[in-house]
Amino acid sequence: MLTLIFDGIAYGMVLFVLASGLSVTLGLMNFVNLAHGAFAMAGGYATVVLMQRFGVPFLWTLPAAFIVSALAGLVLERLLYRPMYAKSHLDQVLFSIGLVFMAVAGTDWLMGSTQQIIRLPSWLQGRFDLFGIAVGRYRLFVIILCGFLVLALQWGFTRTRFGSRLRASVDDARVARGLGIPVTAIFAFTFAFGSGLAGLGGALGVELMGLDPTFPLKFMIYFLIVVTVGGTSTLTGPFLAALLLGVADVAGKYFIPQVGAFIIYALMVGVLLLKPEGLFARSRS
Amino acid sequence: MTNEALQARIKASLAASRRWHPFELAFWCMALAAYFLFPRQLLILNEIAILALFALSLDLILGYAGIVSLGHAAFLGFGAYGAGLLALHVSADPVTGLLFAIAVSALLGLVTSPLILRGNDLTRLMVTLGIASLLQELANSMGRLTGGADGLQGISMKPVLGLFEFDLYGKTAYLYSLVVFFVLFVIARRIVHSPFGVSLRAIRDNPLRAAASGVPPSWRLAGVYTLAAGYAGAAGALLAQTTQFVSLDVLAFHRSADLMLVLIIGGTGYLYGGIIGAIAFKFLQDWIAAFTPQYWQFWIGLMLVLFVLGGREYIHGGVRLLVSRLAAIGKRKGSAP
Repeated sequence: MLTLIFDGIAYGMVLFVLASGLSVTLGLMNFVNLAHGAFAMAGGYATVVLMQRFGVPFLWTLPAAFIVSALAGLVLERLLYRPMYAKSHLDQVLFSIGLVFMAVAGTDWLMGSTQQIIRLPSWLQGRFDLFGIAVGRYRLFVIILCGFLVLALQWGFTRTRFGSRLRASVDDARVARGLGIPVTAIFAFTFAFGSGLAGLGGALGVELMGLDPTFPLKFMIYFLIVVTVGGTSTLTGPFLAALLLGVADVAGKYFIPQVGAFIIYALMVGVLLLKPEGLFARSRS
Repeated sequence: MTNEALQARIKASLAASRRWHPFELAFWCMALAAYFLFPRQLLILNEIAILALFALSLDLILGYAGIVSLGHAAFLGFGAYGAGLLALHVSADPVTGLLFAIAVSALLGLVTSPLILRGNDLTRLMVTLGIASLLQELANSMGRLTGGADGLQGISMKPVLGLFEFDLYGKTAYLYSLVVFFVLFVIARRIVHSPFGVSLRAIRDNPLRAAASGVPPSWRLAGVYTLAAGYAGAAGALLAQTTQFVSLDVLAFHRSADLMLVLIIGGTGYLYGGIIGAIAFKFLQDWIAAFTPQYWQFWIGLMLVLFVLGGREYIHGGVRLLVSRLAAIGKRKGSAP
């Protein structure tokens, strides 16, 4: 039972790293980017290719995955996304669905439609016993790494100069620009950083969630749930939501496998019905 | 202007908007003529008619009431499963199945309409997406009823009205779909040109102002959502009956996304957009699938991106220009004698 919760937390942590970039673009920049999963997939495939073709150790592929996805985010933001900021939500959704379809078919063409598998280094394999709980080494590693990331993100967002500039740009882009804040550059950097985080999450998730070309579609709704349930005005909201979702999903699939993901979708619709702003959201006005 | 004169003018303008344009009649004649002209293409024509009906359904809520939806496949799938299950277990009469599918889908629309009345566009997109995923998951897990991933197999329909047997070439299928589509289209046309339809457009353009001038949005939006759900259910029933098969695919996300592309190609808010879009979409799909069957999704995605990034204005500008030119010609002819 405790092992289940532990696994759920590890799963939720990865979900948070995957979705945190989305919560920034959606909540802060008010841009609906359904193609967020495509960046995660890019990171995952970067890891797979580096490990299988070039024999790079797993740990080194993680920053590489971050960089690959961040670069992809930077380029796409500059070329494609920027004109979309001012358009309606519907246009943004359609645009990013188009990107998802292209990413899915393109990856299928490049890498084949099979499920990708990586071999973890031996010190991350297996489980050990901790106070009677079977703890997976890899999951523990994921929890520690993501835990640090969460703290760093929260600190960077609330305490640093960059964080306050970002929040200012989001609250009122025109005034921020008038004060001399380089809004466009900040948005570009934030978008690239969020994409990079997605890539890192994708790389970490290869072992936990699997990786095939339909990844962006399969997990799109999970990211959306994290962001919508968690609300988009803070980072702690999505974090708690991701943990809840991770535990609920792992436990749900273990105890009542026939219902599958049904509970989770019902949860999302229910939360949106009761609190359209999200469960943990501060009211923004 | 007195009150009565104003009312008379409103009535006259509504009546004028209801009048059939000669090109509309020509269009439907062409749809019928296609049956004789392309006897080998009847299966794809049938698919086009069904997709056009499905697009009409989304156009009713998106184009006329401004409700965005990413989960319209929910109603298509509900109607398809409804019709399929009825045919398997109760009665294989197509018309009964059609009416049943319309009824259950409309009921689902009515039940879920409070969900789409709340929140902004973003919430609506998520909620509709969530409902569609929910239904798909439900259909997948209730394998005993729906056949799960294998789908509903072994549906065999009775002849339409007891007279016309379904055949392999889609002859009956196309005519059946076309007739159903035409009837529903006429009803939709009558509705959007009624005071109810006009009030919907008022809500779409400015809900606050509509409410202030005595048009309560909630009931009207719920009404049109229910109607659109019934239409989508009818499309689902036609799909299930003419292909005699229902799979989980009818609830899949790409159905809703493709539908959006259909309406983007054709344009919203004049009823024919869905039809034009459906024709263009099916031919594109057929053409792309001919040379790259596995990756046609890529090209669909590319089209979505290009359309949203700016191609849409050009195409719709061109279409609108063409339509207005044609309308001008039609008017001149109409007023000449």
